[in-house]
Amino acid sequence: MKKFMFVNRKAPYGTIYALESLEVVLITATFDQDVSLVFMDDGVYELVKGQQTKGIGIKNFSPSYRALEGYDIEKLYVDQASLERRGLTPADLLVSVEVLDKQALGELMQQQDVVLSF
Amino acid sequence: MKFGLLVSEGPYTHQASDTAYQFAVAAIAKGHEVQRVFFYHDGVNNATRLTEPPQDDRHVVNRWSALAAEHKVDLVVCVAAALRRGIKEEVLAPGFRISGLGQLVDSGIKADRLLTFGD
Repeated sequence: MKKFMFVNRKAPYGTIYALESLEVVLITATFDQDVSLVFMDDGVYELVKGQQTKGIGIKNFSPSYRALEGYDIEKLYVDQASLERRGLTPADLLVSVEVLDKQALGELMQQQDVVLSF
Repeated sequence: MKFGLLVSEGPYTHQASDTAYQFAVAAIAKGHEVQRVFFYHDGVNNATRLTEPPQDDRHVVNRWSALAAEHKVDLVVCVAAALRRGIKEEVLAPGFRISGLGQLVDSGIKADRLLTFGD
């Protein structure tokens, strides 16, 4: 088993990276690997509650993050500075996460076999 | 060393595919193995044989095809990303094949290093 970490850095809409990252995560889960997710920079917006996308005509895929638990993906980390800089707290997010500072995140990244950044 | 490559951006707009190709050529020349190149996001646009750049420019697509023919590099295009962008079997350049995201995960598992070329 290898350790896969997915680093999500972009806003959920505006580009397709967040959505296609989630697709890789769900597939990786079916391979019985050790999967963790990091949300940093604008990537923290991917987890914000109450997303309404009707106005831009794009599907709101944020409920899928709630389904991750069903795939045994429970290691969700959020970069503290990214969250604070955007005026957000864990209560604003639609899943429960572990908030870590940059040093702790860096240490986690160092332990990984594969780090994919989207 | 065994490398897996991920190309996440389209040709010409972005340098990702050029750099990935140059890396692959250099790695093979040094005796390393490029186990697979996986094309995702707009990277799937590297696989269409309909590509026709001006004659004085490099041909990004044909270059990949030649690499696959010479060194048996596995060029895999993500099916979901490809269908979204109009890339289907009938437009694939030689050496490319369409398959699932599992092939990217497989690269992560089997390669010593999985390298991303993109933003």
